[in-house]
Amino acid sequence: MNAPSRVPASSKLIPGATGDWEVVIGMEIHAQVTSEAKLFSGSSTGFGAPPNSHVSLVDAAMPGMLPVLNHECVRQAIRSGLAINAQINLVSTFDRKNYFYPDLPQGYQISQYKSPIVGEGEVTVDLGEGESIVVGVERIHLEQDAGKSIHDQDPKLSFVDLNRSGVALMEIVSKPDLRSSEEAKAYVTKLRTILRYIGACDGDMDKGNLRADVNVSVRKPGAPLGTRCEIKNVNSIRFIGQAIEIEARRQIEILEDGGTIDQETRLFDPSKGETRSMRSKEEAHDYRYFPDPDLLPLKIAQAEVDELRAALPELPDAKKTRFIADYGVTPYDAMVLTLERESADFFEAVAKHGDPKLAANWTINELFGRLNKQGLAIEASPVSAAQLGGLISLVSEGVISGKIAKDLFEILWTEGGDPRELVESRGLRQVTDVGAIEKVCDEVIAANPEKVAQAKAKPTLIGWFVGQVMKASGGKANPQAVNDLLKRKLEI
Amino acid sequence: MSDLLDFTFADARKKLAAKDFSAVELTQAYLDALEAGRGLNAYVLETPEVALERAAASDQRIARGEAGALEGLPLGVKDLFCTEGVRTTACSKILDGFTPPYESFVTEKMRAAGAVMLGKLNNDEFAMGSSNESSCFGTPVNPWRKTGSEAALVAGGSSGGSAAAVAARLCLGATATDTGGSIRQPAAFTGTVGIKPTYGRCSRWGVVAFASSLDQAGPIARDVRDAAILLGAMSGHDPRDSTSVEREVPDFEAAVGRSVKGLRIGLPKEYRVDGMPAEIEALWEQGAAWLRAAGAEVVEVSLPHTKYALPAYYIVAPAEASSNLARYDGVRYGLRVPGRDVVEMYEKTRAAGFGDEVRRRIMIGTYVLSAGYYDAYYVRAQKVRTLIKRDFETVFADGVDAILTPATPSAAFGIGENANASPVEMYLNDVFTVTVNMAGLPGVAVPAGKSADGLPLALQLIGRPFDEETLVSTAAVIEDAAGGGFTPERWW
Repeated sequence: MNAPSRVPASSKLIPGATGDWEVVIGMEIHAQVTSEAKLFSGSSTGFGAPPNSHVSLVDAAMPGMLPVLNHECVRQAIRSGLAINAQINLVSTFDRKNYFYPDLPQGYQISQYKSPIVGEGEVTVDLGEGESIVVGVERIHLEQDAGKSIHDQDPKLSFVDLNRSGVALMEIVSKPDLRSSEEAKAYVTKLRTILRYIGACDGDMDKGNLRADVNVSVRKPGAPLGTRCEIKNVNSIRFIGQAIEIEARRQIEILEDGGTIDQETRLFDPSKGETRSMRSKEEAHDYRYFPDPDLLPLKIAQAEVDELRAALPELPDAKKTRFIADYGVTPYDAMVLTLERESADFFEAVAKHGDPKLAANWTINELFGRLNKQGLAIEASPVSAAQLGGLISLVSEGVISGKIAKDLFEILWTEGGDPRELVESRGLRQVTDVGAIEKVCDEVIAANPEKVAQAKAKPTLIGWFVGQVMKASGGKANPQAVNDLLKRKLEI
Repeated sequence: MSDLLDFTFADARKKLAAKDFSAVELTQAYLDALEAGRGLNAYVLETPEVALERAAASDQRIARGEAGALEGLPLGVKDLFCTEGVRTTACSKILDGFTPPYESFVTEKMRAAGAVMLGKLNNDEFAMGSSNESSCFGTPVNPWRKTGSEAALVAGGSSGGSAAAVAARLCLGATATDTGGSIRQPAAFTGTVGIKPTYGRCSRWGVVAFASSLDQAGPIARDVRDAAILLGAMSGHDPRDSTSVEREVPDFEAAVGRSVKGLRIGLPKEYRVDGMPAEIEALWEQGAAWLRAAGAEVVEVSLPHTKYALPAYYIVAPAEASSNLARYDGVRYGLRVPGRDVVEMYEKTRAAGFGDEVRRRIMIGTYVLSAGYYDAYYVRAQKVRTLIKRDFETVFADGVDAILTPATPSAAFGIGENANASPVEMYLNDVFTVTVNMAGLPGVAVPAGKSADGLPLALQLIGRPFDEETLVSTAAVIEDAAGGGFTPERWW
């Protein structure tokens, strides 16, 4: 796609002793498929159950047990492919990847090697300030997760928990289209957003439901691709950024010292801030892939693909474009609002009540800000969309001032209630009675003769008078009316 | 007492229904025979309690008029079939003491039809072998001896225990499995009838896997009718096996006695292998003559890729086996030999648990799947497989209804006789049978004559996919024409 030709901005290059370096990144994202049951068995995929409680005979690889494909996982993979405009392969196959490990009961992982279910696609990634890049996706394939080895429970023994064993994963393989840690982070964020939108993966990185293998190499701009190292299993977006930065600098140092990069698999240690070698290319497993004879080729009808395509929800890019066009919000605000489907829905519910820009402002700055501060998800918001909508309609109608609105928001957050009723019952209504305001203005002017003189010389001092009047009115005076009256009275 | 053992399946069923004797009496007669026949080493586990309990339940059902198709009929079960609460080892040390908490589809079906399990039958370790000499329980002895000789002969393999037990009347019939000839060759060596059904006819669920794309369960019985009855009880769709076919199970027994008039029987010229003993050649001619006399048309056909079948088989089968047997790692069940770390535990466990032949095939399989060799071996073998399949398709498309061949290149040989033979010489035992597995077709071995030294010899019939009925009709004609005499004289 755009990998070879793309020339990154110089700000993305990493300065070294011998000049600037370009970092080239490709990623394999492992996303746990949202499904009730595992990929090839009927066991539950629930998280947090006691060890080895979600394990069927198939998951434990008992003798004579056979895999049976869970079609729901297939549908989720197809939906994911459709969401990134990818080719859906109507025939794909499952292969065995053979290696020994105690948390891999079969001695092989069932994966898709030669013929994945989803072919090439792309993801548009916003980088802010109007910059966006298109990242190519090579393929998405379905595979089984392994179990978990636990080494810290006993000085001598290791334990194995097979609850995860056989859970469906999608491996989403990008092309080496990323040129900085920021781009990489933005790509994962966007992919996560898309998967969450369509409900194919909950994107919960804390639970390991989304994790990345990051391939990093460096080169002088325009030079051929350098030797890459693969950093395994990075499980937060922040760590992905850190791992890339640290690995790129490590490689640059080696190259600038006249060394060469060994192709190897590395591990990122966030506590030490370093990447460490796990195994070299020579130590790499020979996985002896071959088609799994227990499973027939997976054949999908075009009709099913069409049906899934028609049922896809509005995707983040489309939603963002629509928000800009229909609500007149800024591209940045549109991006923030569409990051999560629930947030976008919330905003739209708020915007029904009044000025959409005001709705965007209140949703992003007040509500999201508060939610973030308290670590709450939008679903857990104490203020509903209807309440916030009521608040902004009161602002739009001029019933309350912006300042009072903030007080009202606080009441809604802590006590709840109907915004309009609260305004009445607590006397928050804005004073628009010119006579009443005028009286206060006169009092303030009379009490501050020096300031009046100064204001005539320096008209911006009117702000001080406005503040005094607002204060005196308990914030209920209409600020615009105050401003107009003061201008007239001070003759400025 | 011995009278009871003389009844075939079909006879015993009638007598039980008429209450001439009870299922418990019949079962007890077999349990006594088992005890007397221990020197044959056909059973690796006798389950008298299970047998008598089920027999008693059968008697109750017969009394209530609720008899199933196999009600009260004492059967043996190859140790490759997982049996709930009854030790199942595939005759390998690595499954030492393994007692599955589940029952294979096939044995479950037979049990539901009222069958009584007498015990578990000997087989080559993981069904790998043609003489049953690789079993960790020792080799079963063929109840047949050469005229005037007391030398112990093999009962064939891998289902040697099943064949020996059926021939020696240590059970009415037995389950067996066939990956490259493991039902038909032992049946041929013991004067019994063995049917290898079409791939997909019998579920593989709960059968310890050897080579998934070739393995198929089937019956060994005393005559064609009994084999047909058993096959009917073993067949059927199972959603837990993705390769199990959703197809109605015909009344195979009804095909016994059906005329073969007008059928076209093919004799493949490529099966006239170099060094074929004259008596085998003569037997083949005789079989063709019988069918001609019964009104069938006998034509020469060509299966040009036959000579590649054996080498291709010995790539595909070990490749799948090397992966299928990876689960025997000492972590979850069966044998575990401790080591310093997990890798040493694997090595010691697998070295101690697997016998020579199994290790040989795991190594061959690992080799042919390795990077750099995969295309040259595995991919080419799969191409050969496609060509072999096409050979058969062409012949069947030309109007041939069944193919007649010898079942084995020789009669049973002595135990230990081939100890110094190369493994490849042993593999030649499968020369007439592997093509059927490679093409997924049904095949039957039916006794048709005797060797000069008095050992049974058999012919093989190969049919169209899912046309076991034609095989049953045709085999019954050969059985009739051969005129019986395939009960060994008791010496044990």
